[in-house]
Amino acid sequence: MTFNFNQGLTIAQIITFTVTAITSVPLFSSYLRGVDTINPIFTHHLPVWFGFAFILIAIIKISIRKKLILNQLGLKDAWGNLNGKNEPAIEVSNLTKSFGRIIAVNGMSFTVSKGEIFGFLGPNGAGKTTTIRMLTGILAPDKGSIKIDGINLAKDPIRAKMVIGVIPEAGNVYGDLTAKQNLALTGRYYGLSKGHIAKRTEEILTALGLYERGDDFVRTFSKGMKQRVSIACAIIHEPKILFLDEPTEGLDVQSRRLIVDTIQRMNKLGCTVFLTTHNIEEANRLCEKVCIINKGKIAAIDSPEKLKSTFEKTQTIEISFNQRIDKEALSNEVIFGVESMGDKLRLHTDNPDKAVKYLVALAQEHGVEIVSLVTCGPSLEEAFLRLTGGGE
Amino acid sequence: MSFSVFLRGVVVTAEKNIRIYYKKAPVIIFGILFPLFMFISFYIGRDIDISRFFPGFLAMTLFFTASSVGPLITPWEKQAGTYERLLSYPVTVSTIILGDVAAGMVFGAFITTLVLTAGLIFLAISVFNIFIMVISVILGCLCFASLGVLLASPSSKAPSNVMMLSSLVRFPLIFISGIFVPLQELGWTGLFLSYLSPLTYLVDIFNACLNGTAMLPLAVDILGLAFFTCIFLVAANLLHKRNLIKGL
Ligand SMILES: Nc1ncnc2c1ncn2[C@@H]1O[C@H](COP(=O)(O)OP(=O)(O)OP(=O)(O)O)[C@@H](O)[C@H]1O
Ligand SMILES: [Mg+2]
Repeated sequence: MTFNFNQGLTIAQIITFTVTAITSVPLFSSYLRGVDTINPIFTHHLPVWFGFAFILIAIIKISIRKKLILNQLGLKDAWGNLNGKNEPAIEVSNLTKSFGRIIAVNGMSFTVSKGEIFGFLGPNGAGKTTTIRMLTGILAPDKGSIKIDGINLAKDPIRAKMVIGVIPEAGNVYGDLTAKQNLALTGRYYGLSKGHIAKRTEEILTALGLYERGDDFVRTFSKGMKQRVSIACAIIHEPKILFLDEPTEGLDVQSRRLIVDTIQRMNKLGCTVFLTTHNIEEANRLCEKVCIINKGKIAAIDSPEKLKSTFEKTQTIEISFNQRIDKEALSNEVIFGVESMGDKLRLHTDNPDKAVKYLVALAQEHGVEIVSLVTCGPSLEEAFLRLTGGGE
Repeated sequence: MSFSVFLRGVVVTAEKNIRIYYKKAPVIIFGILFPLFMFISFYIGRDIDISRFFPGFLAMTLFFTASSVGPLITPWEKQAGTYERLLSYPVTVSTIILGDVAAGMVFGAFITTLVLTAGLIFLAISVFNIFIMVISVILGCLCFASLGVLLASPSSKAPSNVMMLSSLVRFPLIFISGIFVPLQELGWTGLFLSYLSPLTYLVDIFNACLNGTAMLPLAVDILGLAFFTCIFLVAANLLHKRNLIKGL
């Protein structure tokens, strides 16, 4: 058993507990017997108490020193550095977590390279949030190992957490603090100096368009503004890896743009980004690699373009007519599947050429006008639907 | 390096708690108004020597104030959705627990010092042994702040439920701890019950320091408090870890 303060004070607590229990039981019972006579206080029991305190302090001190010596020798750090040079930013193997009967994450393994923007996609309940919680040390996995920047998260959680920044799914900032106070609080957790915090706060709040509101309580902010404070907190310490769980969910175009810009700016500075989103278009534009998961398992993991090309066969045509046209009438041997989307129809085909010619002929035949016609290449959305079994 | 990060986490957490949670209504109500009302309802209209019961009252004040902050914090953070972000900082559950305990301790020690000072000024009371008094206030605050944090461990998203539970636990304790009826006047069953209450030991130390009428030897009192503190801390650590995901 190694003594490790990062795991919390459990060992120290157990020592304290045991020593106290062992000393107090005999003392206690002997005093209880003579309980009806009021004992003279202080004086002759003080040595007992001081002796006990002395032993306790000695034990704790030795334990701390042992750990410090290990650090001083630099054994662990040197080891970490040797391996750390070309380690992936995130390395996950056989990650598993269940809640009761539900297996939320089932044997996931993947790596994220340094400097990458990595998208994590999946339908509701696929296990994205559970995975991110495990990667950020909020939740302990049932099985499997996680390495963050080469640091084993289970063994050295505090050191691993120092290099990451997180926007949790339900991760609000403190409404009872101002935007600046929230940033200062976060900065202090990472051990930044006052001056550094002030400098970063000004930089970040200005970039996120919040500088004027910096001294207002966050509870008076709109959702989008709160989310901007949230990302500000996640990047104040210039983390090596940024985890974001649906960072743009429910935001307007401007807030979304600010957040996406921030993510890209951080990435240019060398920050690895791990991102979950339901916005597939966003993932397509932002991510160098996406991982599509379903029911706790990885369905596919590749670059967006490669994923799309896997589904080359299925292309879509979006068409709208000036009159309603019966969906059934549109199906033929090259068009399989028709969905209506607002005033448009989306047709799935493996042969756009034939399909378009057929549609034009059909419009002429029925005497309707074509208002718009777009052919779309294979989309990530299509790949997503296929992989997660949500498509037709 | 890690140990200093750990310590820094505790200090920053405590500061955050002080800044945010001291102002919350339940802390004011259960921590300050409550012992005050208990005091008033006990003393008003009765012919009692206040100085004699002052140590008990002081212990009760310390008990309520130190244990009033802890039950609030985690449920409140879960309800407000800030707990998950807090856990993502370079901290462990133990860091957060110790930070919560520290916030309770500071609150308890501050109010207790105020009440004690008032007592020293207005009543015919003097402290026999300042050193012991200081030690016992600190140890008492640590013990009951830990109890407060332990009470928060079944934390759901509803702070009101936890406050109710914590009143349910804290209330009976003040009746079996020799505050209103001195230990010396208790029968065997009463005495047995009172030894199960950590508050008893604090009342006894305060009686020793302020009245010179202790029931138990000082070493027993201090070991008793230390023993309960350890139990509360270890249990809080275990339960908070186990219930971490609840209401996240
Ligand atoms: N605290 C919990 N207790 C019990 N089950 C849970 C808990 N958290 C998650 N689950 C279960 O784990 C599974 C995965 O949930 P998770 O929140 O990871 O999904 P998600 O991919 O983030 O979904 P969404 O897109 O809706 O955010 C779900 O079946 C969910 O019911
Ligand atoms: Mg989620």
